Amino acid sequence: MGKFNVLQHDLVPEHHVVPKSEEDKVLKELEIAKDLLPKISRSDPAIKALEEIHGPLDTGTIIRIVRRSPTMGYSTYYRVITSEVFK
Amino acid sequence: MTGGISKRIYKIQFALLSPEEIRKMSQVKVITADTYDDDGYPIERGLMDLHMGVIEPGLKCATCGGKVDECPGHFGHIELAMPVVHIGFIKELKTLLDATCKACGKIKLTDDEIRSYREKFDQLSLSTSDPEIIGLMSKKVTDEASQRMVCPHCGTQQTKIILDKPTTFREEGIKVTPKEIRERMERIPDDHLVFFGLNSEVARPEWMVLTVLPVPPINVRPSITLETGERSEDDLTHKLVDIIRISQRLRESRDNGSPQLIIEDLWDLLQFHVTTYFDNQTAGIPPARHRSGRALKTLVQRLKGKEGRFRSNLSGKRVNFSARTVISPEPFLSINEVGVPEKAARELTVPVTVNVFNVESIREFVKRGPEPRDEFGKYLAGVNYIIRPDGRRIKLTAQNAEENSKRIEPGWVVERQLTEGDIVLFNRQPSLHRMSMMGHTVRILDGQTFRFNLAVCTPYNADFDGDEMNLHIIQKEEARAEARIIMKVQEQIMSPRFGGPIIGGIHDHITSLFLLTHNNPLIPEDETVHILSYLDIESMPEPVIQDGKKFYAGRDIFSLILPKGLNLQFTSKLCTGAKEKCEYENDPADKLVYIVDGKMLHGTIDEAAIGSFSGEIIDKIFRKYGPAETARFIDRMTRLAVGFISVRGFSTGISDYDIPESAISRIAEISAQAIDRATKLIETYRQGQLQPAPGRSVEDTLEIEILSTTGMVRDESGKIASAYLGLNNPSVIMARSGARAKMLNISEVAGMVGQQSVRGGRLNRGYYGRTLPHFKVNDIGALARGFVQSSYKEGLNPLEYFMHSIGGREGLVDIAVRTSRSGYMQRRLINAFEDLKVDDDLRVQDTIGAVIQFKYGEDGVDPTRSDRGETVDVDYNAFDLEQEAEQ
Ligand SMILES: [Mg+2]
Ligand SMILES: [Zn+2]
Ligand SMILES: [Zn+2]
Repeated sequence: MGKFNVLQHDLVPEHHVVPKSEEDKVLKELEIAKDLLPKISRSDPAIKALEEIHGPLDTGTIIRIVRRSPTMGYSTYYRVITSEVFK
Repeated sequence: MTGGISKRIYKIQFALLSPEEIRKMSQVKVITADTYDDDGYPIERGLMDLHMGVIEPGLKCATCGGKVDECPGHFGHIELAMPVVHIGFIKELKTLLDATCKACGKIKLTDDEIRSYREKFDQLSLSTSDPEIIGLMSKKVTDEASQRMVCPHCGTQQTKIILDKPTTFREEGIKVTPKEIRERMERIPDDHLVFFGLNSEVARPEWMVLTVLPVPPINVRPSITLETGERSEDDLTHKLVDIIRISQRLRESRDNGSPQLIIEDLWDLLQFHVTTYFDNQTAGIPPARHRSGRALKTLVQRLKGKEGRFRSNLSGKRVNFSARTVISPEPFLSINEVGVPEKAARELTVPVTVNVFNVESIREFVKRGPEPRDEFGKYLAGVNYIIRPDGRRIKLTAQNAEENSKRIEPGWVVERQLTEGDIVLFNRQPSLHRMSMMGHTVRILDGQTFRFNLAVCTPYNADFDGDEMNLHIIQKEEARAEARIIMKVQEQIMSPRFGGPIIGGIHDHITSLFLLTHNNPLIPEDETVHILSYLDIESMPEPVIQDGKKFYAGRDIFSLILPKGLNLQFTSKLCTGAKEKCEYENDPADKLVYIVDGKMLHGTIDEAAIGSFSGEIIDKIFRKYGPAETARFIDRMTRLAVGFISVRGFSTGISDYDIPESAISRIAEISAQAIDRATKLIETYRQGQLQPAPGRSVEDTLEIEILSTTGMVRDESGKIASAYLGLNNPSVIMARSGARAKMLNISEVAGMVGQQSVRGGRLNRGYYGRTLPHFKVNDIGALARGFVQSSYKEGLNPLEYFMHSIGGREGLVDIAVRTSRSGYMQRRLINAFEDLKVDDDLRVQDTIGAVIQFKYGEDGVDPTRSDRGETVDVDYNAFDLEQEAEQ
């Protein structure tokens, strides 16, 4: 059995790395400064799984999360990687 | 309020007070334990010395010269005869003693280790790094140093130090005195302190052993004068008296060379007093007590816990303009109203600012004085206080009212008593959801209790077995506007929890309207007129003539309170609630509630139509006509229900559960059969013949089989009993209409109570291998494991009663555990969500603008406006449109 990938679990929403080139566009669309985005710890299992694919991710990278929603079909959420460890 | 921020906190530094600093900030050295002389004047250099502030009017502070409200209070100090350890730093002292050399005071690490660790500590700054990380690193280093038994610096052999809780340190059984500890601490070099997480500039470890004790200002520990004229001192003062007395005795004994034993005893006593002065709940020592036996409230007790400074005085405070009393029901009030007793209304006031437009009417108002009544002796709002523009309050009396009314000018404020129509906030604790605090308009009533419409019991979760509720009078225009627009009861009919109505008929409302509409009874004219006199109807419905007499059909009467244009069809609870196929299933006149253009054509009104949580009619009226019309419907619905049930009469009793002898013996028969079946199953199991169900052990299979057997007879007996209990039975009416109780409860009373369980399984604990000594060890038969054959009506035998109590206890424990846990969770959630705000773009942000959700709830949907979580009720809208088109 291979290593378990959390992103493939049914209950974990899709996580995508937003390329550096698109960051400005995303922030402009949201009308928000990067430091006000919700945070995600770099020790989060989803980030670790993404790093398996993309290689190490810098803090400050924006992650796009696409969640299933019973009313909307899907909804997008953005989180930015921080070095903080949440307890 | 002046507004704006005058100062911002730049940083917070934690430090220890050094003896020098304590002396420096002290205004007086306290040397006597006395407080006041015979004339009641503070004794100089005593605990109430005027240098530490004043609490008595007339006296002036000896330090700053300020009078009572001007002087902020000043510290004094006590020089302790011998040092004592500070209870708050015991852990730190232990670590320091363990990790440093007893002879040279250096940390027991080699020079190389010190160098490498220092590098690590230099990378983190003590003042900016995460305290938790510093703590972890410090723990690692000090643990390592504590392991070493020979000092790497001077080669001294170390001894283990044991902490004999709470404050005694022992080295090989011999006590290390605080004096010695202090000396050891003094030997620790400044540059080794960083390993303990201490900043040597502001925190020397020897300061953790007290030689000087600060005496808090008198403002912190004011004495109170009782009615008898006797003076009573604050607990802290009592404690300080003890400390000074013992310290004095210790000094005397030491100076005149008393035996070591006596000195040590006194020293220990001083340690006890200083320890309890800080924390009177220190583990391992008895709390210091008042003469009356009450434990003293010292420093830690002032701050800690629910009654402490933080939770009781800072996070939550007592408020003015509020009232609390017992609640009772008043079906003739609207759901938007609250009945306030006159006594409360006279005390509660609303400030009115006088301006050029209202000055004349306010003068008239003030002239009436503080206790006006109209010509019939009915309550009229008076005025309690008038406030001059300079802020002076004048108490209005019957005597000075006339004169004061002339003085009123624009700019004055008049505190007017509560009057009918004022909007107030009404609240019942625990305030678990937003409907726990709603806006009501005031009605002044006789009596001593708050009163409200029964439909509002549900959101408050109130009943009238002695419940009390709080009332808050709004003091500002903005708040009044908000209360009217968003907090009023009618605005809260829809619950944000499940997107349906939370306010609706309860108990008798449901029973009553069920009786009024089921089978569409004919009500005689005189009764109908009486019932309708409670309502404000415009015209009587179409009568039905029978035998030359006028009757009115129940459904026609109910239709009177439905708004014109309401089109709705749904299944009544009578049919959806039945377990098996409902006996009315095939008769649409009973099953389907059918309303066209505000006329109820057929169906039965019950919980599904007008109940809180489920009321379909309330739900749809709210969606189509809005809050005001819904409130009107509920008001009239509850009035109609109360009116009808009062005329018709309704009662229940033990005879509701009478079933024929034949049914009783039939139930006894099947329960005996069930016990037999269980016994047979057990026999099969004992013989090893029982086939396990897939994925289960034989034991589990047996338990499941027996449980299903006993469960089945309970259902069976319920069915037998129910067969004789039809819709002419009041208990059944209540159960089937959803007013109160379930059919299950009826079958428990009339048929059989059935299997008792704990955690979903049969009872099995108690004695070794049995529940009670009445059974043989390892008896796993039905009766030995909590099967109750009797019904409640018949009565339980002692063994059954015991089994039943075991099962009942689980429920009680569950509730106790659940409430305490959910209470704590609630507290944490509320603290986390405090200050979050949804802006115009539906974005959820905190106070610094950090985003929590980009769109409220991910979809921006207000759950209150959703249809039980769904976007839209297609069936209802289609039906409504269809009917509207036809009209
Ligand atoms: Mg109660
Ligand atoms: Zn002063
Ligand atoms: Zn040494």
